[in-house]
Amino acid sequence: MRGLLPILTVLAAIVAIWYAAVAPMNIRGALDVAERAGAEVMPTESLARFERPIWRLMVDNPQYIALGYSLDRPRLPTPVQVGSELWKTTGEMALNGRAFSKRSLIYHGWITLHSTLWGFALGTVLGMAGAIAIVYSRVVDMSLMPWAIISQTVPIVALAPMIIVLSSQVGIEGRTVPKAIISAYLCYFPVLVGMVKGLRSPGAAQLDLLQTYSASGLQAFLKLRLPASMPYLFTSLKIGIAAALVGTIVGELPTGAISGLGARILIGDQFGTPLAIWAALFAAAILAGVLVTLLDLTQRATLKRMGMQA
Amino acid sequence: MSWLVFALAFWIGAWALNTYLANSRWRGSLFVRVLVPMLFGVTLIVLWEGIVRGLGVSPVILPAPSTVAQTFAASTDILWEDFRQTVLKGALSGFAIGVLAAFVTAILIDRSAFLTQGLLPIGNFVAALPIVGIAPILVSWFGFDWQSKAAVVVVMVFFPVLVNTVQGLRETDAMQRDLMRTYAATYFDTLLKLRLPAALPFVFNGLKIATTLALIGAIVAEYFGSPTRGMGFRISTGVGSLSIDLVWAEIAVAAMAGTAFYGLVAWAEKRVTFWHPSHRRS
Repeated sequence: MRGLLPILTVLAAIVAIWYAAVAPMNIRGALDVAERAGAEVMPTESLARFERPIWRLMVDNPQYIALGYSLDRPRLPTPVQVGSELWKTTGEMALNGRAFSKRSLIYHGWITLHSTLWGFALGTVLGMAGAIAIVYSRVVDMSLMPWAIISQTVPIVALAPMIIVLSSQVGIEGRTVPKAIISAYLCYFPVLVGMVKGLRSPGAAQLDLLQTYSASGLQAFLKLRLPASMPYLFTSLKIGIAAALVGTIVGELPTGAISGLGARILIGDQFGTPLAIWAALFAAAILAGVLVTLLDLTQRATLKRMGMQA
Repeated sequence: MSWLVFALAFWIGAWALNTYLANSRWRGSLFVRVLVPMLFGVTLIVLWEGIVRGLGVSPVILPAPSTVAQTFAASTDILWEDFRQTVLKGALSGFAIGVLAAFVTAILIDRSAFLTQGLLPIGNFVAALPIVGIAPILVSWFGFDWQSKAAVVVVMVFFPVLVNTVQGLRETDAMQRDLMRTYAATYFDTLLKLRLPAALPFVFNGLKIATTLALIGAIVAEYFGSPTRGMGFRISTGVGSLSIDLVWAEIAVAAMAGTAFYGLVAWAEKRVTFWHPSHRRS
């Protein structure tokens, strides 16, 4: 637990900076609210206030700085505000038995998770198949590998709206499929690269040994290459699932999706409710953390069973 | 129909040629190593063209590559304007600021083992988060023009570069540092002559990740509001107004910009870290 203290210290520092930043970020909003409530604020005209620098406003109106910490529509909400919004849209709704209502982040998180897992499965299968083909066929290695690298330098977000339009034109209902395609596109590459590395990791001596046993190609694959690639595979899977989640959220952002965490961010932006955006962002972060942690635990358990300590 | 047959025949022919080349005795030569993937790429485009023409796919759904190329040639001024707005102003300036900030932060926190221990796990965690979601918030903070796009890019590239640099700075082993001590090297001597060079492969790793993220960030941020130019703006309005060929031309620009950007960083890496085992001629 010695490693925990520095982490907590850094976290505390981040929260402290966050709290300190709330005051200058929200002072304009706080003064507007105070003025509307009939209070006397220092440059009285809003246009004059707009032109004043923030620190001047804070010096002139110190009594309203505190108001900035409890605005309804803050430019920068406090961690507590974000936390309570998150709780209101998840835990509290679950306690009221409305966990899957359209307003709850559990429902939207589930939609996002659903596409992410499909994209992850698709990307992993594609990546593993590609890796096996690359390791066993020189043509595929030479022709596919450069394009796999190039495919990752193409910003997928440019393609995302097209994938959504295309799949709806082809007659695919709903958004699960296009979102899954986008996340598979982001997710397959780390799996492919890691798997190629892993499948090639057995040394010549080990491969030769199997040949002296007159092992077939399939046996060599199943008993040597595949097990040897497991540590590499799991490391890439952890990167892959995080990438898949990014892909799903990107797929939900651009073109008028209505459900999913990305759509909550979009809607929060359109309706000017920053708290909803922040809550959805943190929900996405928590989801990413949970997914990576789950894979990490699986990795530890699997490698332990296989006798390769992670 | 003849288009479909032609595309299929081309595919089979190219595949056969590639198989021959990849197993021929010239397979190690630079020419073949470039030709084989090029042929693969050309095949994909021919297949696309053949399927679109052969099946008569409506250009509103999927335009043929030839149509896209025509649109590309006809609207280079729009594409150039968008490229300048999104890539040169938004992505590159954000990339430069973010990388520089991450680099300086990494060197500063590296002086304290305590901070490093605390920041590495957090940085690793944040680097895995879907940070793109922060785009609407930053757009509302910094306005619609390229400054907000650059801000999104800064946040997105900061953590991967930070984590990689911090890790790279820890790469030297005790023996090497002790050697510097016996030379009576100061902290800055050691940093400049030993630890920064040793960290470079890691730094470039982070930079390569950051190149892709920079373009993604700059384009996504434009979906949330931009002046009436920019690649993300053109794509989102193009999809709505069914000028799909222009959208594909923008995608082509994005692809080329991304590849060129990545290639530039990879080239610089090769020039700067030529001593590293992964770049030595085997």
